[in-house]
Amino acid sequence: MSRIPVSALIGLILTSAFFLTAIFANVLAPYGLNQTVGDVWENPFWSAEPSQYLLGTDNIGRDLLSRMIYGCQITIFLATAATIVSFTTGSILGFTAAVLGGWVDQVMSRIVDLFMSLPSLILALVILSVMQVTLPVLVIVIGLLDSTRVYRLARAVAVDIVVMDYVEAARLRGEGTRWIVLREILPNALSPLVAELGLRFIFAVLFISTLSFLGLGVQPPLADWGGMVKENKEGLVYGISAALVPAMAIAALAISVNLVADWVLNRTTSLKGGRGA
Amino acid sequence: MPDILLDVRNLKIGATVYPPGEAPQDIEIVHGVSFTLEKGKVLGLIGESGAGKSTIGLSSMAYGRGGVRITGGEVFVSGRDILKERPGGLRALRGREVTYVAQSAAAAFNPAKKIIDQVIETTLMHGLATRAEAEARAVGLFRKLGLPNPDTFGERYPHQVSGGQLQRAMTAMALCPEPDLVVFDEPTTALDVTTQIDVLAAIKEAIHATGVAALYITHDLAVVAQVSDDIMVLRNGKTVEYGTVSEIIETPKEEYTRALVSVHAIEHEEKKPTGEPVLKVENVTARYKGTNFDVLKNVSVELYPGQTLAVVGESGSGKSTLARAITGLLPPTKGRITFAGRELSKELKDRKLDDLRELQMIYQMADVAMNPRHTVGTIIGRPLEFYFGLKGEAKRKRVQELLDEIEMGTGFIDRYPAELSGGQKQRVCIARALAAKPKLIICDEVTSALDPLVAAGILRLLLNLQQIEGVAYLFITHDLATVKSIADSIAVMYQGAVQRYGGKTDVLTPPFDDYTDLLLSSVPEMKLGWLEHVLAHRKMESAGN
Amino acid sequence: MHPIIKLLAQRLSLGLLLLLAASALIFIGVELLPGDVAQSILGQSATETALRNLREELGLNEPALTRYFNWLFAAIQGDLGTALTNGQSISKAVGERLGNTLFLAFWAAIISVPLAIILGLIAVRYRNRWPDKLISAVTLSTISLPEFVAGYLLMYLFTVQFRIFSPISTIYSGMSLGEKLSAIALPVMVLVLVVLAHMMRMTRAAILNVMQSAYVETAELKGLRPFVIIARHAFPNAIAPVVNVVMLNLAYLVVGVVVVEVVFVYPGMGQYLVDHVTKRDLPVVQACGLIFAAVYIGLNIMADVISILANPRLRHPK
Repeated sequence: MSRIPVSALIGLILTSAFFLTAIFANVLAPYGLNQTVGDVWENPFWSAEPSQYLLGTDNIGRDLLSRMIYGCQITIFLATAATIVSFTTGSILGFTAAVLGGWVDQVMSRIVDLFMSLPSLILALVILSVMQVTLPVLVIVIGLLDSTRVYRLARAVAVDIVVMDYVEAARLRGEGTRWIVLREILPNALSPLVAELGLRFIFAVLFISTLSFLGLGVQPPLADWGGMVKENKEGLVYGISAALVPAMAIAALAISVNLVADWVLNRTTSLKGGRGA
Repeated sequence: MPDILLDVRNLKIGATVYPPGEAPQDIEIVHGVSFTLEKGKVLGLIGESGAGKSTIGLSSMAYGRGGVRITGGEVFVSGRDILKERPGGLRALRGREVTYVAQSAAAAFNPAKKIIDQVIETTLMHGLATRAEAEARAVGLFRKLGLPNPDTFGERYPHQVSGGQLQRAMTAMALCPEPDLVVFDEPTTALDVTTQIDVLAAIKEAIHATGVAALYITHDLAVVAQVSDDIMVLRNGKTVEYGTVSEIIETPKEEYTRALVSVHAIEHEEKKPTGEPVLKVENVTARYKGTNFDVLKNVSVELYPGQTLAVVGESGSGKSTLARAITGLLPPTKGRITFAGRELSKELKDRKLDDLRELQMIYQMADVAMNPRHTVGTIIGRPLEFYFGLKGEAKRKRVQELLDEIEMGTGFIDRYPAELSGGQKQRVCIARALAAKPKLIICDEVTSALDPLVAAGILRLLLNLQQIEGVAYLFITHDLATVKSIADSIAVMYQGAVQRYGGKTDVLTPPFDDYTDLLLSSVPEMKLGWLEHVLAHRKMESAGN
Repeated sequence: MHPIIKLLAQRLSLGLLLLLAASALIFIGVELLPGDVAQSILGQSATETALRNLREELGLNEPALTRYFNWLFAAIQGDLGTALTNGQSISKAVGERLGNTLFLAFWAAIISVPLAIILGLIAVRYRNRWPDKLISAVTLSTISLPEFVAGYLLMYLFTVQFRIFSPISTIYSGMSLGEKLSAIALPVMVLVLVVLAHMMRMTRAAILNVMQSAYVETAELKGLRPFVIIARHAFPNAIAPVVNVVMLNLAYLVVGVVVVEVVFVYPGMGQYLVDHVTKRDLPVVQACGLIFAAVYIGLNIMADVISILANPRLRHPK
């Protein structure tokens, strides 16, 4: 705990900044999400002739900074919700499969194999071609598709623990399933799962942004960062960089969470490797 | 003036450790060790895990494993200081003048290449012989080491031969370039006891036939006494005692060495069966689900209250399976198990709480037998709470009593298993078993993962507790020395069946059946010339047949 | 029979089974979802009669299982049905576009695979020194870039700032190979960037794993030169894991193509698919989904087959 590497520190600071922005978006944003304030694509502060708007305006003259702040809220909200869905579903089912074993495990694992044998983007596209694209649908589709990965990890971790002698000792003592799952397995499975949390969150951010960019994610009048890239992409050819701002924001969020996750992952593996040896 | 081959002076070795959550630290693991080795002689390096013996062995090749570095001292091989060599010079040394035999030959052989190609690789690379000559030399070594079909043995891949054969092939690989020195790093530790003696004999024979010098690294003093001229006893990276084999074995000077030599000397008087047996196993046969092979065949044994039944056998003999059948983890297909006068249900889930309570188990690996996220207090306290409903202060008081009983005293109750030593962990497991007030404790190889002195401490504790609590032990082990010091009766198992069964004295007194004879005579004894004696005895018997 | 043949046959039939299950998932699973195809095509304001007529026309009133098998057998014979939106044959449209997509993926693979292996080797050779750390830092960031972000960044850089390439990668049959390559340079660069990081990191891990094994230590203690150790002892054992890594990443590449094609308006399968998802043209979506699934599953099986073939324990049974 005592020493946090610089990279992880940067990651932590940036990640917290993004989350704070998301939480206080309504306070921070100078203009409304859909409020037209000026001309189309007014210049940002770094151009030769900056306009009064810090990041300039977007393709229909809305303040880009305000939209970025609201976009941050939607992106992070959706990704967090999807991560929660994928984590709860994946880990509960994974633990169940590992503890019960037998045909329950077989059936669930084969179904997960099937879903993982298909690229998730393609599956999502097929599903979204039939369903109405709303925020809950997006969260559930992304969350469930990603829960297959959490399932595999949770099951693998739990299977390793289930064969441990201390679990056998608990069984021989006559303990019930409740004690075994909650007191013997869960405390030991938690740290590898927590390390995975960050990676799943990044995946959700990238997935939602990609879908929105393809026009199949967040629908107007709401907008997330992926959707903003789509709105402003036409300007790029004329040298207008408005589309790059949300694009860079996605990358920055993903990189900062990655830095934190990488650190947590290294810490838990070094814990696992343990003393001596 | 004798011909000095290896001269190690004031050797210091350091390593970088990575404590979790802290900055990496440099520590010293070998603190100034010196010794010399003459041409054609064998020096045994002996010590517990962490004594630094492998690290010292590898320093004679100027090699550090992982983050290990040689930080001080000099190592002379044939008069030149190899720590000052450049990489090119080291390459000429390694594999030609000094070669290495690893503990796990199975991992040390490249799985993708034929054995012969790996055995002769160095010989060819250093230009010591033509391919045909090298192959002939290898085949000669295979023959000398007693490998089957020596002419074609090398054509096989490593996974196609057994562990004992691979270990011999690795010895052939080390001897093929006709080196001056071979480093043997625990070459027989991973083998079964009856295989170990053959490999040991083969190695000793090969050393003598080729006149090569050797460093022989092991944790087993009885083994090293058979092959060495000199012995160096190491502990925590320091020399404890250094002398000839007879000095060390027969007249040890240091306390620690004396303890090592007398480690198997626990005296235990055999008790005769009295009263009703606490455990009665009758004609038990068992097999694993989905197989068509019985792992237990018609096994019958009895165990009397307050006594110890040792179940002995090598890996695959079915001794651990017997424990699983008794605990209900592997329901028998045939037969009957009676415990404390009641017939036990075959399935674990049908057993009554009292049956579970009175039949406890202790495992080989104390590390994985305790939940790393529970404190010692929780681990020992849980059976108290679960079986007797003890809570709060009453539970804590009883836990402390149990800790006193296993000689651990105060201050441990709130620690986690990771903060305990190997012996302490096993003691906590014993306390957890005792907490249930059992009539019978199944001990599954409880001392095999421990260093000999620690193991001896655990055995003394178990015997002591048996006197106080009157608990019976079913003691499963592959180590006959342990059996002699703890058992009242013995069952020798071989391929799933009981080969020989009875009181300790009866079982250990001739005439023997062939397997028991082989097993008993294979256990290394802390005696000079034991190996020759056994081999001569065996040769005579086979000549007699 | 040689056990390896048995194992391969098992693996291949498992793959076919998986593909069959995937096709069922794409066809029947989609039908089970809440949502009405006819409704989505005609919109919320459609009249009941219009909806009924459309359902009739699409054959939606027949049982799903019957339609699934009709669809599957037709698909096996190369008939993927007709698109709802323009009534044209899907097979014909797919035929051209699949070629374009594979052309793009092929060049991305040709560049990224050797590059990833070389970078992986460099990272292992200079482990924990600056080249390794640099490569690791750069790849950690590129892993965090979604394809479209990387796409627009490069597009901005090379078409607006430096004006080297055209932002739109149109190719047609009359172009020469050189012209085609120049047209796809940008999308290939994006794909390489995105897939390289994953591939290189996994290659590094796979090679490191082999380099830390006991038999490489044995080779070192034999006094072999570093090159000989790598060539004779590490390489033969690293083939299987590395090939596996490559195959898995090629499968990933095939999916990355979808987004990149949209960014660069490239006439391939991906754009075709996304276009028709927006138009809710289900038959096209299902056909494209099936093809992507087949390629993806196929590459995964190939990875398995190669690791089976490269395993000495399986090649030389006891």
